[in-house]
Amino acid sequence: MHPVIPYLIAALLFGVGCYGVLVRRNAVLLLMSLELMLNAVNLILVTADTSIVGVPRSGQVFALFVIVLATAEVGVGLAVVLRFFRLRGSVDTDLLDTRRAGDGAGGAVRAEDTAGGTAAGPETAAVTAVQADTDGGTGEVR
Amino acid sequence: MTVADVLLVALGVVTLGAAMLVVTSRHLVRAGLWLVVALGGVAGCYLVLTAELVAWVQVLLYVGAVVVLLLFAVMLTRAPIGPSPQLDRPRVPAALVGGGAGVGLAALLVDAYRWSHVEQPPPGTAERIGAAVFRQWVLPFEVVSVLLLAALVGAIVLSTRAGDRSAGAQPQGDRPVRTRPPLDRAPDDGDRVSDEPRAGRGR
Repeated sequence: MHPVIPYLIAALLFGVGCYGVLVRRNAVLLLMSLELMLNAVNLILVTADTSIVGVPRSGQVFALFVIVLATAEVGVGLAVVLRFFRLRGSVDTDLLDTRRAGDGAGGAVRAEDTAGGTAAGPETAAVTAVQADTDGGTGEVR
Repeated sequence: MTVADVLLVALGVVTLGAAMLVVTSRHLVRAGLWLVVALGGVAGCYLVLTAELVAWVQVLLYVGAVVVLLLFAVMLTRAPIGPSPQLDRPRVPAALVGGGAGVGLAALLVDAYRWSHVEQPPPGTAERIGAAVFRQWVLPFEVVSVLLLAALVGAIVLSTRAGDRSAGAQPQGDRPVRTRPPLDRAPDDGDRVSDEPRAGRGR
């Protein structure tokens, strides 16, 4: 067996997953691309297990651990995505607002969103303006 | 080229093609289904690489659990049935970075291994992997169990804490969501929370 073939597959799979993570707006699709990258890493580990002399089968054990970690990550990640969807009504990662990351209530709909959004009504803008005022001057309404 | 090489090339082509469709498809559900093909192809690669147990765990956990979770998330976020526009950011920078990472890694690995030949080790059956896990890797194994518990608790806390009362996005989270907000929340907060999904749904 020539180990360069699975290594090549894994490298290209990682590139495809990297492209997907960067290009996708939808958070669920972003998680799918992340799974592709994790699988590429697993393939590297399993191939290294067959092609490198060392502790026998440690690569496969590592791959098992990575699979478990990926499953936990998907569970928590999807919980975050669903909560984000309940707060904003969208899973678009471009709408993420990093300024109010610690706010438990989810914070205000951003003023930029209402300005750039396609179908935001006037009442949304009013709510945003009121909340931006009550923030204590953290953000100016753009 | 041995039989294993031919199998690996075939599985690799299938995996990479399905992965490309995952990251380029305009249908959310189809992207999830192509992910099944890609993960199944990787599981086939594991089988050829003598990692039996890892291959079956991959089929169980990835193709079974993770894909079902992702498809549930696609449904719960009210994804449209047909093709969705504006699913992608501008493609050229991402293609540059992704292609650069893929080609760079591939060049490094090809340079490191050339056309070297290795013998297949004895297959990694459940017995051998189990011996390795419970002799050499016991401590990481236990830590992983703690991490799984933490992830479980975190996911439950995240999905049941004080959400909105109108959407009902998670059926099992309905009861705590309905009873708790009046207790620990000021009335104006409740108004704001119920306002936001209405504002967001119009988008």
